[in-house]
Formats: sequence, structure tokens, C-alpha cells
Amino acid sequence: MTAAGDFPASQDAAPAAAPRRRLLEQDWRKLLRASAILAIAQVFIGLSGMPVSFDRRLLIDPILSLGYLSLLWLPLAVSYWVGREQVLEGMTAYARGGRDVLAGAITGAVGNAGLTLLVVGITHFDIRDPLVNWSPQLLGILEFEESVWLGALIWPAIGAGVGALGGGMHWASSRITRTTVIVLLSVFGTAVLESVITDLSQGFHIEAVSDWLYGPKRGLTYPAAIVVAAAAAAIAGGIAAYRAFLARTASTSGQLGIAASGETSANRVRWRRIPVRRLVGFALSAAAIVVLPLFLGRLTNELLANVGLFILLALGLNIIVGLAGILDLGYVAFFAVGGYSVAVLTSPGSPRFDLEIPWFGALFAAMLLAGLAGLLIGAPVIRMRGDYLAIVTLGFGEIIRVLLLSDWLSGTFNGAQGITNIPGVEVFGLATVRGFEPRSVLYLVLVFCAIAVYVSWRLENSRIGRAWMAIREDESVAEAMGVDTVSAKLMAFVTGAVLGSFSGAILSAKVGSVFPHSFAIIVSIVILVVVIFGGMGSIAGVIAGAAVLIGVLGGPNQPGLLQEFAEYKILIYGALLVWMMLQRSEGLIPSVRRARELHLDEMNQDAWLRAQVAADDAGGGGGGDRSEGEQP
Amino acid sequence: MSPNTPETNSPTPAQPASVQSEPVLELRRVNTHYGAVHILKDVDLDIYSGELVCLLGGNASGKSTTLRTILGMVKPTTGDVKVNGQVVTHQSTRDRVAMGVTMVPENRRLFKRLTVRENLDLGAYLRSDSDQIASDMERVFDLFPRVKERLNQKSGTLSGGEQQMVAIGRALMANPRVLLMDEPSMGLAPALVQQNFELIQQIHEAGMTVFMVEQNANMALSIADRGWVLQTGRVVLDDTAENLLAHPDLQASYLGTAEQ
Repeated sequence: MTAAGDFPASQDAAPAAAPRRRLLEQDWRKLLRASAILAIAQVFIGLSGMPVSFDRRLLIDPILSLGYLSLLWLPLAVSYWVGREQVLEGMTAYARGGRDVLAGAITGAVGNAGLTLLVVGITHFDIRDPLVNWSPQLLGILEFEESVWLGALIWPAIGAGVGALGGGMHWASSRITRTTVIVLLSVFGTAVLESVITDLSQGFHIEAVSDWLYGPKRGLTYPAAIVVAAAAAAIAGGIAAYRAFLARTASTSGQLGIAASGETSANRVRWRRIPVRRLVGFALSAAAIVVLPLFLGRLTNELLANVGLFILLALGLNIIVGLAGILDLGYVAFFAVGGYSVAVLTSPGSPRFDLEIPWFGALFAAMLLAGLAGLLIGAPVIRMRGDYLAIVTLGFGEIIRVLLLSDWLSGTFNGAQGITNIPGVEVFGLATVRGFEPRSVLYLVLVFCAIAVYVSWRLENSRIGRAWMAIREDESVAEAMGVDTVSAKLMAFVTGAVLGSFSGAILSAKVGSVFPHSFAIIVSIVILVVVIFGGMGSIAGVIAGAAVLIGVLGGPNQPGLLQEFAEYKILIYGALLVWMMLQRSEGLIPSVRRARELHLDEMNQDAWLRAQVAADDAGGGGGGDRSEGEQP
Repeated sequence: MSPNTPETNSPTPAQPASVQSEPVLELRRVNTHYGAVHILKDVDLDIYSGELVCLLGGNASGKSTTLRTILGMVKPTTGDVKVNGQVVTHQSTRDRVAMGVTMVPENRRLFKRLTVRENLDLGAYLRSDSDQIASDMERVFDLFPRVKERLNQKSGTLSGGEQQMVAIGRALMANPRVLLMDEPSMGLAPALVQQNFELIQQIHEAGMTVFMVEQNANMALSIADRGWVLQTGRVVLDDTAENLLAHPDLQASYLGTAEQ
């Protein structure tokens, strides 16, 4: 959905009278800048080691490895980007054509010349000392194990070819472009998710599918790749046709209802949002969530359980950062309190106590202790603002870890050896949740996620939620409105801490052991990245953020779908975050409120649309101005 | 005690001859310090129900500190703040807001990323009488029909004049006994300043007690019943608006503080 939304919609609707441009009528400055960026990025990717370490991972059996793909995708993206043009209101878009193909080709060729320089450089100089990947292996890949000449010349040629494709996407209709992107992503997805798809097909007892898809060397086989591409194209075409059908149906029914407004998109949105449909959708997805783990294999269940643990953490941090606006960089502290409370209270290996109380009892204690920790950390911190507050919370996060590691408390926490032998969760004698049964863990996690989502949702729309948002916006004015800012902020800390402790408590029982190094600062950072990436203050966004980052790339100590990228996880997190801040600073799924704001901003700029909505509202059924906002 | 401080002033002419003998809001010999710096010096103020009064003064004369002291964001070193005759000097801001003291902050300071409705709701944060809140909101819409049109819009996207309406509306939602206005003319275009003072007059005529703190003396006195002039933390003039406007020292006292 989001990928499709990125394409400018006006492409294929260009009027017949669109002015043409000559082949060489290029924006040379933009081309040069894009090429330079591409060249630097390609050299960076080469030297980051991705081509070498991904080389053995075949995507399509004989022809394409993940290593080569890491050098191919960027020219495509940059050459597409170089052709993007914003059509201003009142201006006519230029006709697209050979000029765009040329622009893409030039960008790709000049940009990939960076790799030529790299080939020549590696052949003549040896600076392997600081740059580990300035290596013969990289040279071998860049040369296709042939000669330097081939290596030096082929990359600009490849760049020109891929770039022409990228630039040409502007020429093609948006439908063709969209289909191409869907096909490419589907083939890539099927190839790279080999282990998960195999796991899934085993769960559903259709091993034949995965056996047929993947060759002995893990990559997609040639025919399988073609079939997947064809299937993706068919599905994309089907969806497009269905949409067209929906638009047609909606416009006719709209004409019946409201005489004047024939604006199909607005009506379509309204037609789609009948509450019954939402209710059915909710019930269906809830049922799917409950039933699906039964069919999933170990690997997928394990993965989803990890995602769930991070959803819990991110929902907790979302209350502190997203709602109350307190930038807490030490959130891992509450995760650790939850984990260690359960470990100390339930494990027979706990050095000081020999309590071995059941997990649910320990969970209760963990909640209390985490709430207390929230108060203790919150009390000194909430008197500060902005940067100082962030730095102090960072310190508190580390203090907890150092305390767990310390000799002073090693009688209770066992220092670096950690606490092991933590038993599983006995669910009232009905079942036992153990780490080696990922399905049971997933169910436990799902229950707590449901609780956390419900609590977050209720809090967001409550009085205290409003107070938090007021504090986030303007603390002193909130105080002047009668909000008790100190207790509201403490409340945010305590609520966030308790949600985080759930996650820690489950982790303890799941893994069976806790160590101080599991609660390093990087965990705080990753949770914060999940919240920012998903969309601060948005429950759906936080869940999506956790699914994308933790599920696909993996958490700080957990593998994700793309296990190949584990080494480059933090690099990719960083790149995504930078891109996010530049392009969609409101996050993957902005909160309803923010989406509505954005929508309204557009409306303010667009008098025409405003008039439309006014006519719409007058025609019957208000609330047309909120259409986008309620989508998630 | 400064000789100018009108301790023995007879009841001001503008005071409504109603049953109320207690002022809604009263400052008695308030001294406030920031650290060691003496900001407010023996300030005496009294505001009666239904009045529109103003506190005038140049930069650094202590106007904002007076408001902060009234709201309890700064605690006076000596002296008392009374609301409805009750000493609130040691009570929290929250309690004072609950007793009916509400401020419209300088430069409006709306919760910009929240909608107009949410801003108004936050004005009524301490109230739980939802029926009364709903009817108060209708009252705000009656006063400012523009606000109703923008109800679901992010308040930061409104024009300056509309934001001012929301800011006043938000304060009115607290159902205050006295409305404090911090520099209503600050940061607005001249045409909007005029409009803003009209808004203030409008809510005053609707029965609201207003205490405004303002630099623009002529503007403020043109609508106020009476006023005080604050100079380096001391009340130097206390009179009706007409007398103050005619007072030869008014300009002088301004010039004096403007030198800083």
C-alpha cells in the first residue's frame, strides 16, 4: 500500500497537449548530484562488505546472488528518483519519453563509475589496513572473476542499463510501473524469505511447494522465479481491476445518494468504511491471529513471539515518548527489572532466594517493582526538560545494567553469570509455556500484547491521556490549565515501566536465563527506533514498526526474517531512520490525530478540495473531512 | 512602603455596588524574589467581580511575575494571595485553577498539534460536570462562531486571530471566576490587536471578570474600568482608567522603565 502510494498519481493522466522536451534538455546539475550520491553510496556498499558476505546467498539459482543485488538496487532507485518531478498547480506536466530514459542511464552509468574507481583502486593500492573490505574477494566479485578491464568497464554499462530501466519507469504508465515494482519485490521476497517459506509450508503440510520453489543451494530455481513473477503480475493486475470496479460501483451508488457530488474517491472511501465491515474485519483478523500459530512452524512462531515482545516494549515506551513527550533513552531499565524480578523469584538457581514462586506471582511482583523503578527513575528526571532529561535517562538505563553486573549485588543477581534455570510458565495447570515450544510463548505474548494494546488505547482517549498530550505540547500552559504535571509525568513513567516489565518477565521464562548484557543500551535505542519508525503516539504504527524492524531485520539479540542482514542490522536501522526523518517524519503509520492534521494541511492549501468537502457535507453525512484519518 | 502606594485608597469608583464585599482576587503586600533578586515589592491588588482591570508596566516591571504569583507558579516570599477571600498562597496551581483562576497565556500558546476541540477540552481539564461543560462549549461557540467551524482542525494551522479566539475559549472552558490575560496585544498585527481588545470587551460584557497585564497602556485603558501601573516591581499608580489616561506621570513612568 505505502509503496504504491509513493508514485505520483498524475503520470498517466497527463493531457495530450503536454509539452515535449528534447533528448538533451536535461537538468544536468541534478543528474550530476544524483550520480555523485550514487557513486559514493555504491563505493560505501562495496566497502561495507555486503557484496562479499552476501555472495554465497543465491537468490535466483544460477544468475543472481544477494551480493550482486546489493550493488544493483541503488542505481535503479536513484535513477528513478532523478526523474521525479513535482507538477505544480496550474502547470502542465511535461510529456515523458526518451529523455527520462537517457537521464536514468546517465545517472546509473556515472554513478556506477564509482565502482570502476573501486576496481582500479583495489588493483593498484592496498589500504586493507583501515578498510577491511578493500580486499581481493571484493575485487573478484566486482570483476566477475574475470579481468580488471572487464570489471572496470562493465559496471558503468550495468549502471546505464539499470538506470535506463529506472528512468524509463516515468515513461511507462503508473500501472505498469506499479506492477513492475510489485513483481520485483515479490521475486525478491520469495527468494530471500526461503527459510520462512519452507517453515510455513511445513506447518501447512505443503512441503512440495517449497521443495519446488527452491533449488538445492537455497535460491529460487529459474522456472520458480518466472512463475512467482507471473503470479505477482496477475495478482497486481487483479487488484487494479478490483479497484477500478470498486470505483465504478461507488460512483454509481454515489450518484443515487447525493445528487451533486460525483467525486468518486471521496465516495469510495466512505463506502468502504461501513462500521460493519470494520467489525467483520476486526473479528476475522482476531480469529486469524488466534488460529494461525497452530499452523506456523517453529521458526515463524519464534519470530512472531520476538516481535510481540518488542511490541510490548514499544507500546510502553510509546506512552512515555509518544504521548507524554518525555524522551526516555533508558527504557531498557524497566525491561531488565521485569526480567530479573521473574528470574530471582522463580528460578531454583537464584543465588539469594529459594522462593520458586509461580510465574504469575512473580509477574505481579515484577509489575510492582517496575512501577517502583518508574517512580524512582521518574522522580528526579521529570524536573528536567529536553536534552538534559534524555541524557539523565540514558544514565539510569546504564545504572541498572551496571548494578546487575556488580560484585556488590552479585549475591542476588549473580553478576555476569546471570540467572539460569528459570522455569516455564504454568498456566493454571492447563498448559505450560516453555521456550522450546515457541507456539506456547507466542500465545502468551499475544495475550499480553492484547492487554497492552487495550490499555494504550483506553489511556490515549482518557483524561490522563489528554493531560499527557498537553504536557507534550506545552508543559507550562498545561500546568496553567490545572494539569498536575508532576504526577501526570510520573504516571506516564510508571505505566510505561509496567508494560515494559511484562516483556521482560516473558523473556525470562522464554529464554530460561537472564544476563546483564541482554539489557544493554542498544536495546533502549532499538525500542526507540521502533517507536519513531512506526509513528510516535500511534498504536498501529508501533505494532507495524515492531513487525517491520524486529520481524524483518531482527532485534538486538534476536534474528529476524532476513537473517542474512543480521550483521548490517544497525546500519540498516540507521539508514531507515534517516530516510524516515527526511521523508515521513510522522512515522510509518501516523497516529489518527496526526494523519488528520496532515490531511487538513493539504486541505488548507487546496481551496478547491475544501469547496468539495463543504459541498459534500452540505449534501449529507458530515465527517467527510476526516476520511483519511480513520483509515488505520 | 512607597508613598505612591495607594494603601488608603477609597473603594474604586468602578467597583460594582453589588453585594460583594470580598474581591474575587486579592494580593496583599506581596513580595516575590527570583533567587536573591527582589522582583515584586509590596504589591497590593484587588479585583472585584465583573470588573475589567489592567496592570500596566514596561519591560521588566514585574507584570508577568505578578501573574505567575497569582497562579502559584512562583511562591511569594511574604504577603498573601487571596481568591474569594480565601488565602491560597500555599496552594498549588491546580487548586487555584480549580477555584476559578485561569490564564490566557502570552502569545496564545495553544497546544498546536492538538485540534481545537482538544484544546477546549483541556481548558475544562479539572471539571467533571459534563453537561455544564457542553453548555459552556456552546457558549464559546456563541461568542466565537469561527471556533466552531475549525473544531476538528489542528490549532496550529489557524490564523492568528482565530488562535486568539481559541486561547480565550480554552480559558473560558474552565468556567473561571476571573480571567487573567497575559499581554493580549503581544505578537499580533495592529489590526488583530484591535480585534483582540474587542474580544476581551465582548467577554467582559458577557459578565466575565478580566484582569489583563499589558504594555500597551492606551489600548488597555480604553476598555478597562481601572488599572495599576507597575514600575520596577512597585505599584506606582492606582486609579480609574480615565484618570490614569489623563495622568501626567503615566508617560513618565513608562519612560522611566523603558530605560531599563
